[in-house]
Order: sequence, then structure tokens, then C-alpha cells
Amino acid sequence: MSLAAQSIASLRKQLLSKEITPTDIVKDVLASIEKQDPTLKAYLSVDAERALADAANADISKPLGGIPIGIKDNINVKGAPCTCASKFLAENYTSPYNATCVNQLHAAGALTLGRLNMDEFAMGSSTENSAFFASRNPWDTERVPGGSSGGSASAVGGDIAIAALGSDTGGSIRQPSAFCGCVGLKPTYGRVSRYGLVAFASSLDQIGPITKTVEDAALVLNHLCGKDGRDSTSLDATVPDFTTGLGQDIKGLRFGLPKEYLVDGVDARIRSAVETAITHIQGLGGIVEEISLPHTDVGIATYYVIAPAEASTNLSRFDGVRYGHRAENTTDVLDHYLTTRAEGFGPEVKRRILLGTYVLSSGYYDAYYVKAQKARTLIRKDFDEAFKKVDIVLSPTTPELPFKLGAHSDDPLSIYLADLFTIPANLAGLPGISVPCGFVEDGGTALPVGLQMVGRALDEVTLLRAAHAYEQSTSWHLKKPR
Amino acid sequence: MAHHIDIQHTAKLARLKLTDQEAVKYEAQLAKVLDYMETLEGHDLSGVELTAHATPIYDVWREDVPVEGLDRAEALANAPRKTAGQFLISRVVE
Repeated sequence: MSLAAQSIASLRKQLLSKEITPTDIVKDVLASIEKQDPTLKAYLSVDAERALADAANADISKPLGGIPIGIKDNINVKGAPCTCASKFLAENYTSPYNATCVNQLHAAGALTLGRLNMDEFAMGSSTENSAFFASRNPWDTERVPGGSSGGSASAVGGDIAIAALGSDTGGSIRQPSAFCGCVGLKPTYGRVSRYGLVAFASSLDQIGPITKTVEDAALVLNHLCGKDGRDSTSLDATVPDFTTGLGQDIKGLRFGLPKEYLVDGVDARIRSAVETAITHIQGLGGIVEEISLPHTDVGIATYYVIAPAEASTNLSRFDGVRYGHRAENTTDVLDHYLTTRAEGFGPEVKRRILLGTYVLSSGYYDAYYVKAQKARTLIRKDFDEAFKKVDIVLSPTTPELPFKLGAHSDDPLSIYLADLFTIPANLAGLPGISVPCGFVEDGGTALPVGLQMVGRALDEVTLLRAAHAYEQSTSWHLKKPR
Repeated sequence: MAHHIDIQHTAKLARLKLTDQEAVKYEAQLAKVLDYMETLEGHDLSGVELTAHATPIYDVWREDVPVEGLDRAEALANAPRKTAGQFLISRVVE
């Protein structure tokens, strides 16, 4: 197996036994990118020279020493571009600083390799909203890899990256991971500093790993977390070794299956794969019971008020003055703003800024924004109640299989509705993970299905333990596209 | 319920210039999304407190001592227009 197709854990063993060097890994990843990325279109840019230089200087005695990690293009790495897949930042923006999580990865010996495609400013579920090009699903290149971290998932699932960082505001790590057959972890809100992540919706955004295995997700998470003075919402909580639960069994662990999730509109083949996984979890000694999350039906509306509202304020920083695009030949300062922003933002970003501005505007604030914040409270309390009875909430990650490019092109609402399983964890600030749980034949190709587990706040250890126990007793994570 | 959105007013608040075609398209799309928001009416929300953040957050203070930040050249490096070590903006005062 090529080095680019292997897990962090496997590569680290070979590095420590001197079978391979960091340069071998980087060269192999670069060669895989050269061969596969013209088809997958996962990367927006790759600085091969820098990656090779970093590999030559890598310290393999450190926990992630010599491991290259791909970075979603909305996380700042000093000296690299950070376009957010937007024309606004495409022309001449170079990051003047590192995101906190990037500093932590570097301190752990990892190196950053490549900028990964995404939906513009992380708004979307397919990477079709990238201003540059749509990325492709490694299992069927006619289909989308999901989004917004679609480039990250496509690269990891297509074995042209070892692991990658993504960001998750309403499912943007978990959904593309499900679509591309990888593991995607959204940590508890506040676990990972958001400093250096270009903000979309500040009360929901969270950085996390997209990896080939659950163990790798734990290994990366070990070097992302902690209190950061530059992000007032980062949590001052003890950071455990997230690998401590790996390898423990799940006998007696309680899993809840929300009855509200058995809605119409979930692909029957996905439901069947998830039901098989549930039976499997019971076989491992997990106790599965039906639970109720009574406010599930307002999750999407709540999210699509709150996230655009926060985005409309966050994206007001793009004013064409300090960085990014600036319109030429404008008449006055108002025209400068109006024209600069019209030229810089793509259609989905404009839609969400307009929606967010509308729900916050005079006369509508109480009708939409205040109601959504109240509904958010009810959704949070649903989980509080559920976690009195169970340790993990189970569901499909997505209601549909990876779809063909263009399938949702002119109906924004139809694509918003597909976020119903992933949104609640963001609204409630809970950690969630997607793990591969089977394949469905569709149109002659096998497409991956993801199982989502959501855990208690700050209890990623139990979440990773459960996900790992399930993963290791199946062979889904070992299957490779092509 | 059919929503009528004054899309051009909203666009001006958002500092976004819209073409006529964009205005028509976004108005229709947003009306559909706002119709869907009616689902928020499905539960009794009276007396429910608001959640702005899922986890409690507090003001964070640090000691009042200067710390290293970007120097002037770094801070200006990405500016589309600059002059005399400052950001150049459009004329604000008539």
C-alpha cells in the first residue's frame, strides 16, 4: 500500500523504526496528488517546496513528527494562501499568522501540506459553492464529496492526504466524511480554539480532524485542544489523552436512537445500513434503546436563522480595505462597499448574508432571531434529557447518498434540509463523529454510508471509544476506492 | 404565508449591490426559505430563555501589558491600497 493510503498510526510506527523518513511520506503524498488530484480536484494549492523543506527538518521524536496534514482553506497558515474558496481572497491574500491549532500541530511535529477546497466561506454541502471548481467524490467522480470540507474529505478518502483539518458549523466535517468514506470528528464547541479560522457562525464553528481511522482522529485531536487567550470561547477544561478509550469494549454502553430521526426522506438503503450497524453494536454488548428528541423538527429552521445571522455580521469585515478584493473606480465610500462585496462574494454567500441581514433587521428580529434562540434552548435541553438515559446518540450522518454534481443546483432549501442529522450537535455544542458503516450500490458504483455518534459535551473519550470499537469490528474503513 | 421581502433594502443594509436578475432570484429563494421558517411556530416558545451559545461564556481579561502582535508591515501586507504606512480608504467626508 502506498504511504499516502496509510493511517497516521501506521506511518508513525514505520518512522520510529526507521523504515521510512518524513521525506518519503511527503514525496509519496505529492506524487499521489500529481496523479489523482487532476481528477479529484481536492486541493486549491500545494506548496511542495515548503512541505519537502519541513519534512527534511521534521522531528520524529514528537507525537505527530513527520506527518503531513492537509488544511481546509479557511484556516490560516503563515505564508500560505487562505482563500476560503472565494474570489474575495483569491487575488493576493497571504496569511500573516498561524491559527492556534496550526501552531499546536507544528509543535507536535506535524507539517502542513496543501490548501483544501471547500464551499465558499464554508457555506454549502457539496463544494459546488467553491468559486474555483467543485471537488469530486473519490468513490464516483461524477458525484460531490459533500461539504463544506469537501476537499479535505475527498483528499483523505481518495488517499491523496494522510489526514486533514476541516471546520464544522452545521455538519461540514461529518457530512463530507460520510460521503467520502472517512472518519470526521467535530469536537465539543470550545474544545479547539477558533483563532485563525475564518469565522462563519461563531457560536457554531468548530475545527476538527478528517482521518482514515478513529485512532487517527484521536491522535490529531490530542494536538488541537486547549484554552487559548485569543479565543474567549475556547474552554478552560482539562484536555485528556483522547486515545485512552481506544481498545476498550462497549459492553453496557448505552446508545439512544431518536424516534424523530426515522423521518420520510431518509434513503431506505442508508436506513438499512444504519440498522445493520445498530445490530452490530448490540452484538458488541452496546445497549440500544429508542429515545426522543422532541424538538428535532425545528433544528433546520433554527440553524438557518442563527448561522446566516452570525455570518452576516462576521462577513461585514470583508470591506475591501484591510485585505482581500477591492472594487476599482467607485464613486464614494458606500459605492465602494456595495460594489466590492458584490464582486467578491459568490451566490450562496450573498444568499446567506441577505437572509442573515433580514432576520436581524428591524421588525423581523423578534419574529425570527429571538424565536430561533429560544428553539435552540429547547434543542439543547432535548439532549440534556437524552444524556440522562444514554451515553451516545446514534443516527445516519446524512439522509441521502453522495449526489451527482448539479443535483441541487437551483433549490437552496432542498440542500439545507439534508443537514437535519448533523445540525443539532452544533446547536447544542456537542461532539459528534461520523464513521463508515457500509456501502450502497447506486448506478453501478459502491457509495459509502456514514454512521453518526453524538456524545456528551467534553466526553470525546467515550465517543471515540464507541466509534473505535464499532470501526475495528467491521472492515468498512479498510475499503479503498478504485 | 407568502413573504414579501424588500430585497433591495436588505441588500443595502448588507452592503451588497444586486443586479435586477439577482434581486428577483434571491427574493424568490429567500421567500421560500422564510416560509419554511414557519416550522418555528410549531412549538410553544413563550417563557423559554434564549441560547446565544451552547456553553456558558464569560468575558476574558488579560493583564494590561503589551504583547507581541503583527508589526506595521505585516498588518499592511494584504491591503489592496495603502499609503504612508496606513490603509487607504475611499473619501468619507464630502
